[in-house]
Amino acid sequence: METGGAENRRNLCGRGPMIFVTVGTQLPFPRLVDFMARWASVKTERVVFQTGQAHGLVGFEAHGDLPIRRFEQTVDDARIIVSHAGIGTVLAAQFAGKPIIIVPRRAALAEHRNNHQCATAQALEGRAGLRVAWEVEDLPPLLASACEVPQHGTNPRCDSLVDRVRSFVSA
Amino acid sequence: MVYVLAVSSGGGHWQQLRLLSKAFDGAKVTYACSADVGDETVLQLPDCNLKTPFRLVRTLIGACQILWRVRPDVIVSTGAAPGVLVLILGKCVGCRTVWIDSVANVQRMSLSGRVARRFSDLWMTQWKPVALKTGATYAGAVL
Repeated sequence: METGGAENRRNLCGRGPMIFVTVGTQLPFPRLVDFMARWASVKTERVVFQTGQAHGLVGFEAHGDLPIRRFEQTVDDARIIVSHAGIGTVLAAQFAGKPIIIVPRRAALAEHRNNHQCATAQALEGRAGLRVAWEVEDLPPLLASACEVPQHGTNPRCDSLVDRVRSFVSA
Repeated sequence: MVYVLAVSSGGGHWQQLRLLSKAFDGAKVTYACSADVGDETVLQLPDCNLKTPFRLVRTLIGACQILWRVRPDVIVSTGAAPGVLVLILGKCVGCRTVWIDSVANVQRMSLSGRVARRFSDLWMTQWKPVALKTGATYAGAVL
């Protein structure tokens, strides 16, 4: 592992700003994890990884599958989330009021069964507090630039969905 | 009192299901999930997808046990495969059923959603273009 890994290790117990890299729990995503590990190895900022399936990240604070409460706590502690374009993480970031950068998985690289994450990313791009890195190389400038926090509070689209389901349930 | 069984897979499916919890106000709701969500009141269902026949059978057995135990009037699912199995079985024993396709499916209904169609009394997507293409109901989205 690069020597920078040791530098990163020194920050493990720090309370300062932190980046949470998560690829969900279902499928590995080495393109993103490897890129962020290389990036983190030359930075001093603390980076925590949830790699899903075992990825053997030596010298980093890496977890396979965080229990849901610890996952939420890690999202809370992060200044920004870097993630695959999974709805679970997008919702968690929105709920915690944290900015998120999503990297869609590609079927052509065997990262998912199909390209629905690209469609999701396309549909969500431009929302407050959310950036899309279409290539992992887009990540460093996005991480360096300021990102607003997502809109908090009630979402009228969600309220109308809930109302529709409620009226069906109670009918 | 209406008995609701709300069922989904883990991760984003589960988070979307929990965001709908207000829709069950006034009903007696039981949650079931095919992942461990760290809550012992949530019933657990073996995970599967529509391309793993052996695990599908295990999930089917788990679904029967849950239906027997909960005896729901209404089944609500946000996907994926385990949700559609519970929904189909529930429909066969007279439950009213709601399918809400994941907000991740921006351009088309998921495979599970397409399977669920015939068995859903309320068949929903969270994207208007998908509603226009498929005839599903659109009433909003969790995002």
